[in-house]
Amino acid sequence: MSHYISNTDQDRRAMLDAIGASNIAELFEVVPEEVRFPHVELPPPLSEAELLRELNRLAGRNANTQTHRVFLGAGAYNHFVPTAVDALLRRAEFYTAYTPYQPEISQGTLQAIFEYQTLICALTGMDAANASHYDGATAMAEAAVMALNSTRNKHSIVVAPTVHPQYRMVLRSYLQGLGIKIVGDEDPAASLEDVLAQVDSSTAALIVQTPDFLGQIHDLKPLAERVHAAGGLLIAQVDPVALGLFQTPGAAGADIVTAEGQSLGIPLGFGGPYLGIFACKEQYIRRMPGRLAGATTDLDGQVGYVLTLQTREQHIRREKATSNICTNQGLMMLASTIHMCLLGKHGLRHVARLCYHRAHYAAAEIARLPGYELVTPEPFFKEFAVRAPRPVAEINRALAQRGIIGGYDLKADYPQLGDAMLLCVTEMNTKADIDALVAALKELA
Amino acid sequence: MNTYEPPIFELSGTGKIGANLPALDVPEAALPQELLRDDDLQGMPELSETEVTRHFTRISQRNFCIDTGMYPLGSCTMKYNPKVHEEAARLPGFAQAHPLQDPEQAQGALQLMYELQSYLAELSGFDQVSLQPAAGAQGEFSGILVFRAYHRDRGDDQRTEILVPDSAHGTNPATAAMVGMRVVEVKSGPRGNCNLEDLKSKLSPRTAGLMLTNPNTLGLFEENIQEIARLVHEAGGLMYGDGANFNAILGIVKPREVGFDFMHYNLHKTFTTPHGGGGPGSGAVGCTEALAPYLPGSIVVKQGERYELRQPERSIGRVKSFWGNFGMLVRAWTYIRTLGAAGLKEVSENAVLNANYLRVKLQPVYPVAYDRTCMHEVVLKGQLRQAPEARTLDIAKRLIDYGFHPPTVYFPISVPEALMIEPTETETKRNMDAFVDAMITIAQEAAEDMSILRNAPTTAAVRRLDEVGAARRPILKYDRAKFRELRREAPEATPDDQLERPTY
Repeated sequence: MSHYISNTDQDRRAMLDAIGASNIAELFEVVPEEVRFPHVELPPPLSEAELLRELNRLAGRNANTQTHRVFLGAGAYNHFVPTAVDALLRRAEFYTAYTPYQPEISQGTLQAIFEYQTLICALTGMDAANASHYDGATAMAEAAVMALNSTRNKHSIVVAPTVHPQYRMVLRSYLQGLGIKIVGDEDPAASLEDVLAQVDSSTAALIVQTPDFLGQIHDLKPLAERVHAAGGLLIAQVDPVALGLFQTPGAAGADIVTAEGQSLGIPLGFGGPYLGIFACKEQYIRRMPGRLAGATTDLDGQVGYVLTLQTREQHIRREKATSNICTNQGLMMLASTIHMCLLGKHGLRHVARLCYHRAHYAAAEIARLPGYELVTPEPFFKEFAVRAPRPVAEINRALAQRGIIGGYDLKADYPQLGDAMLLCVTEMNTKADIDALVAALKELA
Repeated sequence: MNTYEPPIFELSGTGKIGANLPALDVPEAALPQELLRDDDLQGMPELSETEVTRHFTRISQRNFCIDTGMYPLGSCTMKYNPKVHEEAARLPGFAQAHPLQDPEQAQGALQLMYELQSYLAELSGFDQVSLQPAAGAQGEFSGILVFRAYHRDRGDDQRTEILVPDSAHGTNPATAAMVGMRVVEVKSGPRGNCNLEDLKSKLSPRTAGLMLTNPNTLGLFEENIQEIARLVHEAGGLMYGDGANFNAILGIVKPREVGFDFMHYNLHKTFTTPHGGGGPGSGAVGCTEALAPYLPGSIVVKQGERYELRQPERSIGRVKSFWGNFGMLVRAWTYIRTLGAAGLKEVSENAVLNANYLRVKLQPVYPVAYDRTCMHEVVLKGQLRQAPEARTLDIAKRLIDYGFHPPTVYFPISVPEALMIEPTETETKRNMDAFVDAMITIAQEAAEDMSILRNAPTTAAVRRLDEVGAARRPILKYDRAKFRELRREAPEATPDDQLERPTY
């Protein structure tokens, strides 16, 4: 009997007697006999000590931020996470709780959601935020669906080619059954002006990422004006860390803001679980997918929190719901809430400054090397593309031997850039790390 | 009872910081002044680490969780979360690895994914598994997209209807609609199963597939599952299995062997990755060989001794960035390796035994929706003969006073006043007996004085909350003035000494 099961044989006997069954197998007689109790071939069970040995062996085969200096970003970022974040996350009251369906005994989760919503609004300059999506990509795709539902007689989405390539793939997956046209990113070299030229009266939304996949920061104001003039919405995909320093999408006129929240207190985790941030202007709240927590009072007049506006959701609207999101990223939402509270106003600005200045230092040093050329135009934030003298895969292999994880190879997604790599510098890359990278790149030229 | 904890924004004080950050060690570059934010990050709090720690510790204490007590939420499968899982997922080689690093430098992570794919395939009888979907609902979405692509490739463009039983999870019809399918509801029969006559009348050349939860959301195994699959297949449709209730049938039956073509696994339910207050989940999907080319990517394949990520050739695309909720995959892998095939079978046996025990113990007082052997969960009705005015919601709230998380209420919607109870295999007989006692006491209280139930809960951090007011005038973020107003407008409270509190 497994050590997770608490009943004795005697308990089981007593329960069977109460039920009136002679053995447990009898409870499964409804299962067709010819397929009942099949042979299942799995490795034999391991003791906890053996298990940890095997897990350590598997984990030990993966390069990571503790074994390597990491200059790879491209949608997953090595940012500092204060120790207190995980310490609080590991409180069983948070991580072993479920969706707060019974608000009176879920005030911890509900208050955290409420505070998260407030923090996201403050960070993005938007009116309302929900309790999270699966990741930045799915948040962006659901924003497109919401834009289609919020505008009249529109059937196309315009998306810039500098939006994360994987996000654009997810966008296409999400819209493939709805007969919607997705345009704008056919040519990976298209400029934002080229993309804007495709905005017309059929456009439900324009999707732009800033800083974009190649690192460049864009002014959203003129983009918002252009798409609003055509009767569409602006969906801005942003880096929440950059918002410690740069213009908020809310101030620039974006209607829906989505972001990957992994940078706010969540480890790289080989790609997940991450956090989809989703915020919008007030007039769209009732069309927003996902959960919302609202403040209210109890019978004693004490302030408390509940899930609210649930009539938007699938468990009530069923086939009339416009999203099926149910399980979200509750614990990741909590991590980023704690993270934002710890960093606070000063920490968020300081981290953004560290990223900006260190990235610019690294870019300037690399651009000086013979054979390398900075491709991303100013202004950029923490990522930039560099044209390299040799294929990126070759450079990365050589860097790995020097304990460095190099940049993202842009060739497959942006062939017009030739041998170019996307490098990322955050507050985790010290000047000494950057100098080591520059020295290695110089050798490899 | 816990005391009120103000919103963290009320604790903020100028100049404080709760994180120890590095100093700038490079020369400053010029900043694009016209693009900087000009609001001084207004609304962001300023707090010390001490204050943040205390705030979140305090609010955590206002939560019920599986580590503090029985959580019989039907359909949600709240079983014990093993502690070794948390250590496993936090090993630096897993938690600190970048998803885009050279696969050559991620062979351990990829091996774990490859093995988990094969374990899930073996448990369900399917040929291929994709670990990418981030939650059950996303697994459903992937599945219906796969059905659509499969039919289209065969020139079967007219298959635009998805059949969904009336007892299904709300995600099923919502998913079908998201894919642009028409949802056709199939009625339940008198024994709580899919009504075969109704099913037959709704099958047509337009049928793309049937979405079926088995055991279903009434906690019952579909008696005619093979017949249902035969009918759907004969009509040219495909069988989608909602794996929400897989916990009941590990090692008992393989879904593929009763006729399913595709299913999702809720790793956070059956394979006990923690629910985290609403997520993260993981909605891995498995399918037959015929559907495998359409699976969402990426899938891990083995080439000689090397593991690689590969998008299936006719894939519906990606449904998420990167490779799925990897941290959840580590936990699920750990669970399967801890228990092995025999241990997993014991899980289902004990889950079903526990649910049937609660069924027979509660049946004399609470009507059972369908009077037959159940699987891992049982649906009762909160309709008491001796207290007709009692409502399920009141019973649920009173349970809180006795130290239990209430069951799932008002679901499935096909059962009036539904109370859906799932004890799971990790619950003890002792706790279940205490739960039964509490349920019986509540029924007696309801017969004697309904106000006891109406006033419940009295022992939680807050009393019953005004949900109608919250929806009518939504306050979705902190605002000092609105909070003051909220307090002023609150209704008169029942004096504390007049509240009925339970005696333990």
